[in-house]
Amino acid sequence: MTENALEARGKVFIGMGTCGLATGAGEVKTAVEKWASAHGAKVDITPVGCIGYCKAEPIMDVVTESGVRVSYSNVTPDVAGFILDEVLVHKNYKLDGVLGQFKNGKAPLPGIPMIDDHPYFRKQKKYVLRNCGIIDAESITDYRAHGGFQGLERALGMTRPQVIAEVLKSGLRGRGGAGFPAGKKWEFALASKNEKKYVICNADEGDPGAFMDRSILEGDTYSVLEGMMIAGYAIGANEGIIYCRAEYPLAIERIKKAIEVMKAEGILEKPTGASGFEFTLRIKMGAGAFVCGEETALMASIEGRRGMPRPRPPFPAVSGLFQKPTIINNVETLANVSHILREGAESFSSMGTQNSKGTKVFALTGKIANAGLVEVPMGITLREIIFDIGGGIPNGKAFKAVQIGGPSGGCIPAEHLDIQIDYESLKTVGAIMGSGGLVVMDEDTCMVDMARYFLAFITSESCGKCIPCREGTQRLYEILDSIVSPYAKMADEEENLLRFNRVLNMEALSQVIKDTSLCALGQTAPNPVLSTLHFFRKEYEAHIYDRKCPAHQCKGLLTYAIDTNACTGCTLCAKKCPTGAIVGEKKKAHYIVDEKCIRCGTCRDVCRFNAVSVS
Amino acid sequence: METTHQAKPIEEVIAKYPKTRENLISILQEVQAEYGYLSRESINTISGYLNLPSSKIFGVATFYNQFKLNAPGKIQISICRGTACHVKGSLNLLDACQQQLGIAVGQTTKDGLISLETVACLGCCSIAPAMMVNGKFFGRLDKKKLEGLIEKWRATGRVEE
Repeated sequence: MTENALEARGKVFIGMGTCGLATGAGEVKTAVEKWASAHGAKVDITPVGCIGYCKAEPIMDVVTESGVRVSYSNVTPDVAGFILDEVLVHKNYKLDGVLGQFKNGKAPLPGIPMIDDHPYFRKQKKYVLRNCGIIDAESITDYRAHGGFQGLERALGMTRPQVIAEVLKSGLRGRGGAGFPAGKKWEFALASKNEKKYVICNADEGDPGAFMDRSILEGDTYSVLEGMMIAGYAIGANEGIIYCRAEYPLAIERIKKAIEVMKAEGILEKPTGASGFEFTLRIKMGAGAFVCGEETALMASIEGRRGMPRPRPPFPAVSGLFQKPTIINNVETLANVSHILREGAESFSSMGTQNSKGTKVFALTGKIANAGLVEVPMGITLREIIFDIGGGIPNGKAFKAVQIGGPSGGCIPAEHLDIQIDYESLKTVGAIMGSGGLVVMDEDTCMVDMARYFLAFITSESCGKCIPCREGTQRLYEILDSIVSPYAKMADEEENLLRFNRVLNMEALSQVIKDTSLCALGQTAPNPVLSTLHFFRKEYEAHIYDRKCPAHQCKGLLTYAIDTNACTGCTLCAKKCPTGAIVGEKKKAHYIVDEKCIRCGTCRDVCRFNAVSVS
Repeated sequence: METTHQAKPIEEVIAKYPKTRENLISILQEVQAEYGYLSRESINTISGYLNLPSSKIFGVATFYNQFKLNAPGKIQISICRGTACHVKGSLNLLDACQQQLGIAVGQTTKDGLISLETVACLGCCSIAPAMMVNGKFFGRLDKKKLEGLIEKWRATGRVEE
């Protein structure tokens, strides 16, 4: 081994985004360092962001002797040492868990597939995520080497209306949810005459089930900041604020570092370009309020007040933060801007559909084989995303629905899987693009429970300013709760009848909330109810008429029972039952006392004879 | 467990911020980072510093989920209740956690060691169900894994690095 030691100089990339770290990337890094010192070798470790294939995390790339970067999946600390031994010392690259090699102009290694041909990446088109998982997000040199700041340079060589025209031409629409053309927003802000204007980057990614903004901020920090500067130049603003949620500590740390580096390099706070454009950037941490993703609430939060929306107009582009003209763009939108300005509008508008140009990043999660972040051209079908890229539903279960657009979106059932994804066609099935969270559900997910879950989320996140949202969503939640609760919970017969009365009013109430709420949070809050009611009415009926939950999820409607023939009387379930609801003698069949049972399912989990059944 | 970190006096913590309302949330965040929560005394001090009624400060502090008005435990467990985690069974996880600790969400164990909360979404949806404990992320959890972790923390009294 010692002879080989000196040769074993290597370069290693480890995916160290939040999900990489949570699955053990930190331990992998320690293992690589240990390996290096044990072998007396010098190994450069570059921490990179997330490549999006989260299922295979931790991912480690090793650069081979011939300079080809090969990616390995599911790397544990033990495996890391083994991979380094094989790749750097024994020159053996074909190992289990190899994802593929990256194209880099050099002769490809024989016998190892290209990573672009991997089923997970084949149908993807990396535009905004191109650098995530590839470059060292903290290195401005690395960013520059990948074309960084060329977009800004080009923009500074153009007039302001020219920059806006370029963005308009690209057809870029806001990636935060509503899909308003980014260039239009900028036009309004440019037209507002004021000495002080603001650019805000909305990094308060509150949608549960979406994490593309975090990934971009962690994996390609500078591209977002560059996009903000371009936006600032275009509308004539000299101050930018990134409003980032506090739940993303790694992203916040990276942004802070990046701002310091840009200051030191003279990009910020110093006149740049021919026009002497000067820009300052600062970060503001959110404090955990979903409604602050709404632009007027977000501005209230920056001003140090409760994050409550206000009526529009006046729109922020006219009177926004501190009553000055302000534009608020989402992280993904701004990152796209950098690439559009560098490569020209056509590079973006050549992808996608008539009205929805470019690519969109989706967070593919839930009951799906390959959970992760995917970037696909607009116009691709849901089926392609879920089955070709996502690998379908694990454990041989059947697909039931996919929830798109977070708490404002809807559930799309199997019969609409061939729908093309763009802003307009999603609306035809009662969903919205939203920020791009795709939560896949299989036959074990109860749709009534899903609707109830979203309403519970909305009631706790509603800011309380307007009555339809504050009271209406609460009432809607109560109706859904009564549907999944057992009879015993109701005090008297009158109550029992009343709850069916309320069920009848569910749709009407939803409509009122939609029509009369102040901001988008309330206006879209009933969407999960309406869309599940539309597509899964049978499931609601089973809950209401038969008092049954077909997916066995609603605890209030379940009864646990022990099959007396299968039970061997091992007493394990009785010992584990947290409420002592299981009785029986040793070696004899046990019974569950229904009144004491809290439906936690522990007995079913621990039973080794499959004797516990649910109905 | 001994804390090696000596908390600074509150005046020192907030002195670097200009005395404008705009900085209120940042000040609250910094004070909470220093002391773990916002005590009545610290809110009164901030009130004097910014020349803002403490009712306004309570208004802001109670609006945002991040702020705590009571001292949390040494180990703060935040279980993610995002959509992906919900679909993957985070409610069962939460129930199991409450049973094991004998506390409800928002409470702290009697010995002051562990407090339990939920969080809207941690943004780790691809490794659901997830939780965050003292800033460290844990993913792909199940009941067994969680129970094991809690046992370990109870025994050692800390979350190891």
